[in-house]
Amino acid sequence: MRKTDTSSYQHFLKVVDCQQACPAHTPVPEYIRLIAEKRYDDAYMLNWESNVFPGVLGRVCDRPCEPACRRGRVEDKPVAICRLKRVTADNKGNILHRLPQAPFKKNNKRIALIGAGPASLTVARDLLPSGYEIILFERDAKAGGMMRSQIPAFRLPETVLDEELDYIINMGVECHFGEEITSLKNLLQRKFDAVFVGSGAPTGRWLKIPGHEKVSTHADTGINWLSNVTFDHVDKVANSVIVLGGGNTAMDCCRTAKRLGATEVKVLVRSSFDDMKASPWEKQDALAEGIEIMPNYSPKEYVFEKNKFVGVLFEKVQSVYDPIGKRTLKATGETLLVPCDFVLVAVGQDTAYPWIERDIGLEFNKWQQPVVNKNSLQSTVKQVFFGGDAAFGPKNIISAVANGHQAAISIDLFCQNKHPANDRPESAFNLISQKMGIHEWSYQSKISHQERNLVPHINWEDAVKELKQEVELGFDEQLALEEAHRCLNCDVHTVFEEKSCIECSACEDVCPMDCISFVEYNPDSAISLKEQVLPQLKVSTINPQQEILVSDKLKTGNLMIKDEDVCLHCGLCAERCPTGAWDMKKFVLSNIASTIKEKQ
Amino acid sequence: MSFQKSKFHHPRLPVNDLGLTYRDYEGALSTLCAGCGHDSITSAIIQACHEQSIPPHKVAKMSGIGCSSKAPNYFLNKAHGFNSVHGRMPSVTTGANMANRDLLYLAMSGDGDSASIGLGQFAHVVRRQLDMVYMVANNGVYGLTKGQLAATADKGVKNKTGELSIFTDIDLCVMALQLGATFVARSFSGDKKQLVPLIKAAISHRGFAFLDIISPCVTFNNHPKSTRSYDYVHDNVVTGAIADFVPVKKEITSDSAQGGCEDICLHDGSIMRIQKITADYDSKNAMKAIVDIEEHKKKGEILTGLLYLDPTGSHFHEINNTTDTPLNQLDQDTLCPGSRILSSINDSFR
Ligand SMILES: Cc1cc2nc3c(=O)[nH]c(=O)nc-3n(C[C@H](O)[C@H](O)[C@H](O)COP(=O)(O)OP(=O)(O)OC[C@H]3O[C@@H](n4cnc5c(N)ncnc54)[C@H](O)[C@@H]3O)c2cc1C
Ligand SMILES: Cc1ncc(C[n+]2csc(CCOP(=O)(O)OP(=O)(O)O)c2C)c(N)n1
Ligand code: SF4
Ligand code: SF4
Ligand code: SF4
Ligand SMILES: [Mg+2]
Repeated sequence: MRKTDTSSYQHFLKVVDCQQACPAHTPVPEYIRLIAEKRYDDAYMLNWESNVFPGVLGRVCDRPCEPACRRGRVEDKPVAICRLKRVTADNKGNILHRLPQAPFKKNNKRIALIGAGPASLTVARDLLPSGYEIILFERDAKAGGMMRSQIPAFRLPETVLDEELDYIINMGVECHFGEEITSLKNLLQRKFDAVFVGSGAPTGRWLKIPGHEKVSTHADTGINWLSNVTFDHVDKVANSVIVLGGGNTAMDCCRTAKRLGATEVKVLVRSSFDDMKASPWEKQDALAEGIEIMPNYSPKEYVFEKNKFVGVLFEKVQSVYDPIGKRTLKATGETLLVPCDFVLVAVGQDTAYPWIERDIGLEFNKWQQPVVNKNSLQSTVKQVFFGGDAAFGPKNIISAVANGHQAAISIDLFCQNKHPANDRPESAFNLISQKMGIHEWSYQSKISHQERNLVPHINWEDAVKELKQEVELGFDEQLALEEAHRCLNCDVHTVFEEKSCIECSACEDVCPMDCISFVEYNPDSAISLKEQVLPQLKVSTINPQQEILVSDKLKTGNLMIKDEDVCLHCGLCAERCPTGAWDMKKFVLSNIASTIKEKQ
Repeated sequence: MSFQKSKFHHPRLPVNDLGLTYRDYEGALSTLCAGCGHDSITSAIIQACHEQSIPPHKVAKMSGIGCSSKAPNYFLNKAHGFNSVHGRMPSVTTGANMANRDLLYLAMSGDGDSASIGLGQFAHVVRRQLDMVYMVANNGVYGLTKGQLAATADKGVKNKTGELSIFTDIDLCVMALQLGATFVARSFSGDKKQLVPLIKAAISHRGFAFLDIISPCVTFNNHPKSTRSYDYVHDNVVTGAIADFVPVKKEITSDSAQGGCEDICLHDGSIMRIQKITADYDSKNAMKAIVDIEEHKKKGEILTGLLYLDPTGSHFHEINNTTDTPLNQLDQDTLCPGSRILSSINDSFR
């Protein structure tokens, strides 16, 4: 009999799709429930433990959890998970006393961190309470990395960032701001027990099209220009600006240009509008602020007339897709000269390692990325670890945080002479019954049919007037509670116990989503279990991404099959079960950081 | 407490010819005991009506009193319905059918409702061959009044409180066969594979269709001494033939008709496909069906499946020669044709 293996946490984590999709495995439904109970401090701390920057991420996270959210499978839109995270930060009281309290008992291990972005700071936060001495080198004058230098304040106010950075720095980080590391070789001679490289991907790419050599005074890379704006090196911009590229940097560039007074801002991108890399909400916000987005234009040349820069020549292209969905751009031959005064090039960014000597045994791959073990993040120089954009190229904050957790575990193992990849701890887990009485659960099992709430914002005309005025206002309490009730509590699992089942089919009958089917099964047949079972399911087309839960043989020889795909966790199956064969149990991981692994 | 079932449904639920999913055939969320067999019957009825594309507003749900008689509240909430006095569902249905023969009468009764207080009504509605689907949820007890033995309880069994069943039990299928029902079947609430095709066939059948459905009462009759418990029924159910329902629009493929299958064409052109399990099974022999039922009962077994079917029998309106137009659609002039016609009728008696 091939009963589904439920002995490890993996089976249960897979069903909590938001938590699974979050690189740091933030326990999303648990913090949403805490919001519903107005326990904002608890909700904040739960976030802080796993994603370190709830106030920041509650505003600007890339939100891989939301497309994964199961709510999106039963109605139009997922739960506004990210906005709810901000609610915890906005409504919390003073939580200082709940943070790990320095001074910590020292363990006499010294760790150097290069860069003060989210990756390094997560390593610091995780290691400090165990007594590590953390020495941080940052070439900028302040911590934060790109969260400060590139992400504009109208999306992420400085005060929010400073507060969460200070929580960590005040735990006792020895900070060396304004200190750039120019030689890893030298650093390694300074007797650190381990070094973490969290230096990001700081170099903006240029477009090497004709005219490129001459354009420098009329153009900049997006990320360079944005940091110049942040650090007040730039406070105005030409009237007419075009932005090349379709990612989030492009969106931040165009919106910033508008705020610095550009009267005409256009974004030109080679892909179609739908295929643009920028998050949908960033595109919407840019459009709302009166920015023109022109898809399907590929830049050909910086055009000069009589040595005077006049604009950029584009060719109109068409996206064509092969049968497996791979896109190629087909030239149409049609060209367009877009006149402008200034160009922002936002077409990508790279890591930069001129400061790592190539003779110290640290291997680089053919893309000039350091070779690291994907689980331990250890490089080929065993005391050097990489994480965040520095390790895998530009990603996002939450991935950097996740890497920080991974690296902290590795460094801790390494400093105890254990193997960072092979000796990694596994998380234990608990399943806690939510039953309070007959038809009573300790979570809100009733399904809300409310649609996703939109987040309030200041009006768009005012938004573009102020460089640092935050645009989004966040949910007020009523919207937050409404939105919180949309969560389906996917961490409250339906747990089945074969020996109590009398096969009355009450659960099968009541389930609103047809998740449960009792099926006949012949173990002696040559036909595979799957082939025998699938045609008998109440809705037989299953989601290949989701596993089905197969029970052990029941009294009649039949099997119970549960398709987890669209379960609402409404608990009706458990309420209808006369013998308690179903129970609703909350899944709790004991060591979330240890569950962060390379995605298979 | 969740007395609400989410209106969300599986995104890949099939729709029927009317564009409805089975969820559109549901009723209120059941308040019966968790695990009650009656809820499974409810879901079988929902499935059958959905798959048959029955327009809910063309259905009248009829019932008496009992947990089973509450069940119509839990299916087809867009249908008509009448929850009558205890045991009086047959006469109310007769009246309704007289007034409007266009509706599909889906009746749900209990073994207390039909075999005790309503036995007289039951006998007469069978005799009259009313065009209806008469379902009895047979749990051997009066569930609603806390588990007294019903007249269907096998002689010699005990109820939950230890009371012995000392009188001869009534078998409603046997009675229906004796009284001339043209469709008689027995099934088990826990076997939808068997139950759903039988309900569909009963709906397609023209005339009186009787379905006795063993439906365990988890609260008062699911103990080890019971012959209506889930365990007992799972262990002792036998069937003479597997009856599959083939709807009208589905093309009949010749190869599936092979392998000892017998096809019975129902009034509306749909097919009841019978695959024999015991060699001497005969759906056309009412006398034999009675003997078979009794013989299995002697062995402690419950014979289920389609027991008897006569697709050609007449129903009440035909026997009684009533007008094709439902009475409720006849206008004043037709119903009361005036004194000239009356006197000509009177003259014919002189
Ligand atoms: C315009 C823009 C907008 C973005 N918006 C979002 C967003 O909305 N949401 C999101 O999740 N992500 C966003 N990102 C990406 C996100 O900022 C990064 O993925 C994230 O900050 C990476 O973190 P990190 O710790 O790896 O490195 P970084 O944040 O890049 O930090 C690296 C730090 O190392 C320092 N450093 C580099 N080299 C040295 C050296 N040799 N010596 C000393 N210090 C050094 C740098 O000064 C920097 O402070 C955005 C990026 C850009 C460019
Ligand atoms: C005239 C009348 N007499 C008696 C009763 C009490 N009574 C209510 S339900 C019931 C028996 C129901 O048994 P059954 O039809 O088998 O339904 P079940 O609850 O078992 O499904 C009785 C005797 C009544 N409601 N009305
Ligand atoms: S419904 Fe709630 S628990 Fe489920 S995936 Fe969405 S946010 Fe997570
Ligand atoms: S909790 Fe139970 S009844 Fe509710 S959707 Fe999931 S399987 Fe179905
Ligand atoms: S008492 Fe028995 S028949 Fe009535 S609802 Fe409960 S289980 Fe069903
Ligand atoms: Mg009864």
